[in-house]
Amino acid sequence: MMDFGTPVLEPGSANGTKQVPQFNPYQDNGGTVASIAGDDYVIVAADTRFTLGYSIPTRKISRVLKINDKVMLGTAGMQADTCALHKVISTRMRMYEHDNNKRMTFNAVSQMLSTVLYYKRFFPYYTFNIVAGLDDKGEGWVCGYDAIGSFEQRKIVCNGAGTKLMQPVFDNQVDWAQSWDGAGKPNLSLEQATDLMKDAFTSAAEREITVGDTLQIYKITKDGIQLEEFELKKD
Amino acid sequence: MFRNQYDTDITTWSPQGRLHQVEYAMEAVKQGSAVVGVRSDTHVVLATLKRSTSELASTQKKLFSIDDHLGIAIAGLTADARVLGRHMRTECMNYKYIYETAMPVGRLALNVADKCQVSTQRASKRPFGVGLLIAGYDELGPHLYQSCPSGNYYEFYSMAIGARSQSAKTYLERHFEEFASLELQDLILQAIRALRETVSSSKDAELTSKNCAIAYVGKGDTFTIVEDEEIQPYLDTLENSDGKQEEEEEETEDAAEQTEDKPTDAPMED
Repeated sequence: MMDFGTPVLEPGSANGTKQVPQFNPYQDNGGTVASIAGDDYVIVAADTRFTLGYSIPTRKISRVLKINDKVMLGTAGMQADTCALHKVISTRMRMYEHDNNKRMTFNAVSQMLSTVLYYKRFFPYYTFNIVAGLDDKGEGWVCGYDAIGSFEQRKIVCNGAGTKLMQPVFDNQVDWAQSWDGAGKPNLSLEQATDLMKDAFTSAAEREITVGDTLQIYKITKDGIQLEEFELKKD
Repeated sequence: MFRNQYDTDITTWSPQGRLHQVEYAMEAVKQGSAVVGVRSDTHVVLATLKRSTSELASTQKKLFSIDDHLGIAIAGLTADARVLGRHMRTECMNYKYIYETAMPVGRLALNVADKCQVSTQRASKRPFGVGLLIAGYDELGPHLYQSCPSGNYYEFYSMAIGARSQSAKTYLERHFEEFASLELQDLILQAIRALRETVSSSKDAELTSKNCAIAYVGKGDTFTIVEDEEIQPYLDTLENSDGKQEEEEEETEDAAEQTEDKPTDAPMED
């Protein structure tokens, strides 16, 4: 839906009496993406709710793009820009494979996304991305991005509407950012990470209206990519 | 081919209504080593003979993947083939970007043909010196196209181009009607058999895993190139089945001899 917003004063009108609609190119379609990386796995999770204001145009939107068997891209924010960005990334990946005769590595993908986003520095993709994958040694990593391509490689990243509710939980339970009893950092298994992800999303779905419906959890290991779907609250 | 006064310029017709430069370009295709394409109801297979310039060099690459559903085998100027291949890849990517679907093979063949035609009608260009066998699988099924420097393109059940390709074409003409119902593995063997016809018998050359490469695409199979060690099993199967064929031929010969020994009603000649 084209967004012309509430009328604003016509620029350049004398006395400021005339009100005209103004085109807003951006929309916030909600959604959250999150990822936890381990020694030999990564899980990428995204909810499937598409919101527009207080409405839900659809409950079944996919926010995750499979780049290859080892790397995935999850995107929250504006869905139209997400689709366009995913198309650009797919095409660039194809070009890379033709020119270099090999699959893109995790590091290559994460760098490429940054440059693609920065190309539109002055009319950005309204997207909040994470790139998750196994590096050349088979270790799991995630990169989190802002809308114009600034990124950092970490072990857990959230992005999108539910970040404020979920990131603190991960910082404490996975990163052990502050530990007061001297216990070592827990090394989560794939199953533990998946359960934690489900808990985090169900918590976020309680208070954040744009998070809910279904949770898609993609598990990337050396054996390939598996999808698990988990139901969230529909309200 | 004879030299005459109408063949210097691409933009000069001969009095017989021919463009000699285009025909000379097609000669370049005939200089390249052979490539064979065969098609069944579900798959297309390309078989190529890789030449090497010397013992020290590796063999020339003849098969290129263009997209998941499409690939080419080349005969002629490899550099020209690279340019065309790059163009085809870009076209397929653009098509997929706009339509979110794989480019129909015939559409791409037409596109390549039009590109080749342009350089047959400009004084500032020369024709492409490469012939392609385009193998692809789309909604309408498997396809095999040939593209020429002249800008013509044709769809085939089976085809061979390059040096000594006539021998392969003769084999294909005899056998192509069997191909339609073949399984992929048998189709590959047929393609290699056809290719073997082009191997020069005078130089005692033979198909080995070093000079033979095949590719296939079809229902449920993305464009896949098979070469080096992976192709050895096919060459071995071919040798074994040929051995069996020879045995069968000997048996039928023996049977024929035995019937000859039986007495006939015709009187013995003195």
